[in-house]
Amino acid sequence: MLRRLLEEGQRVRLTIDGKPVTACVGDSVAAAMLSCGLRYCRTTPISGEKRAPYCMMGVCFECLVTIDGINNRQGCLIEVREGMRIDTQLGRRTVE
Amino acid sequence: MSAGANPYDVAIVGAGPAGLGAAAITAGAGLTTLLLDENPTPGGQIYRAVTTTPLKERSILGGDYWAGAALVAEAQASGAEIVGGATVWSLDASRELAASWAGTSRFIKARRVILATGALERPFPIPGWTLPGVMTAGALQTLLKSSGLVPDGRLVLAGTGPLLWLFAAQLLRAGARIEALLDTTPWANYLRALPHVPAFAISRYAAQGLALRREVARQVEVVSGVTRLRAEGQGGLASVAFAARSGERRLMADVLALHQGVVPNVNLAMAAGIAHRWQPAQLCWVPVLDAAGNTSIDGIAIAGDGTGIGGALAAEAQGRLAGLAAVAAVAPERLARVPDRQLLAQALARAERGRALLDQLFAPPRWSRLPEGDTIVCRCEEVTAGQLLEAVGIGAMGPNQAKAFLRCGMGPCQGRLCGLTVTELISKARGVAPAEVGYFRLRPPVKPITLAELAAMAHTQRAVAAVVRE
Ligand code: FES
Repeated sequence: MLRRLLEEGQRVRLTIDGKPVTACVGDSVAAAMLSCGLRYCRTTPISGEKRAPYCMMGVCFECLVTIDGINNRQGCLIEVREGMRIDTQLGRRTVE
Repeated sequence: MSAGANPYDVAIVGAGPAGLGAAAITAGAGLTTLLLDENPTPGGQIYRAVTTTPLKERSILGGDYWAGAALVAEAQASGAEIVGGATVWSLDASRELAASWAGTSRFIKARRVILATGALERPFPIPGWTLPGVMTAGALQTLLKSSGLVPDGRLVLAGTGPLLWLFAAQLLRAGARIEALLDTTPWANYLRALPHVPAFAISRYAAQGLALRREVARQVEVVSGVTRLRAEGQGGLASVAFAARSGERRLMADVLALHQGVVPNVNLAMAAGIAHRWQPAQLCWVPVLDAAGNTSIDGIAIAGDGTGIGGALAAEAQGRLAGLAAVAAVAPERLARVPDRQLLAQALARAERGRALLDQLFAPPRWSRLPEGDTIVCRCEEVTAGQLLEAVGIGAMGPNQAKAFLRCGMGPCQGRLCGLTVTELISKARGVAPAEVGYFRLRPPVKPITLAELAAMAHTQRAVAAVVRE
């Protein structure tokens, strides 16, 4: 959905839904997901509708994803790190 | 990082222009100052990523953006403790904050608290606004500033307000393509704005605003007087439909950027119990402040767009003035070390010049604030306008009853994306003023935190005794 104006940024490796991808240092998790071609990052707990980051400033909570196994994280507020595991979040959260 | 000097002389929430300005003053005067911000780097939304942006070509984001670098540098050099990635989730009348960073929550006490939580984009509840592919213009601007990302494919911009035009110009300078800019500014607004033209004409916004419009209109199809805007698609945006003078139209689109102005981000202030009032010219809630800028709670001040929308320069001046007031309250003997109040007040007055025209001209139309039927109002709990009106019909007199009837406003965003819509819809349905309808009663935590984090906090013996048996 988004493309990078500059390709020279320092890269980090991460996985999204198990698939290895790269992002740039300084990207938020939400930015990384959108730059890797993902159209949505979660489905809603109510109707299962697909949702994608909407505000990119921490107020809408549409960017909720699972990061390194912890769900309901705000992807737009968290920067990517080398080796990060990001997973789209489907439907309701579960308690372990 | 630990909260080093806790309790602090001054705690400031929000590292945008107001918070940075305030910190520069208080820390500069030698007061122990903690500046917390939820984003990883300082700057707020307006100067987002100004220290880290990959877009070094200055002409793309423009001089007003890069001016933020000096302010950030000033605050960093002031000696203030600046913590990024820190979410403040509670504040009470005794000026105790609870904040989470690096996976740990802690309580912070301060003799003065300055809230500089700024603004967020006004809800834009049109049909299809929850579809992937629809974002706020501010969101796309953030992606541009912090990661140098631009929309790929067909991009349509829609709405009203200065930010929409600025963002369009920035995208064009970056080499991106825009299919169309759909301007929803109602014709009537131009008439209403007329009386404010003299003050506006001598403000810095006039020449700048007109130049931006010309720059964009040269390169992009601009459709004026747009109404009945809809985002369409199954599981993702496919097209944008709207009505204009020329009739109904539909544009194929991959990304739709929506924007109809910004409003104060009131959640933390309201949850702290600070009194607010409805501001009819800006169609939003603002804190009740006395002449010196104090809120209804002793020792807590609010500066910047959180007090009503004034823009970055006004916010910075307000922040510095709030910093000055904190110095006067905590260590009046240090006042000799801070800049003159008169000069700051003049800077504020200059920055506020022309604002009345912007408020009138860019007042969002009723149709894009008051949705109907199946259009979603509460994105988190998926509550539609029709459901809300039905609830009002059977006795939901205000936003808090709407919660009980529909869970409206009770999702993770805690009403940030629906609160104004809910107040205005109920106001219209009941035929009473928004001030009478009121707002959601907000309570801490204003941001979700995990139970584990809560449990790991240091607790008083009394608090432990209240919940532990045996
Ligand atoms: S995109 Fe809105 S909270 Fe992250």
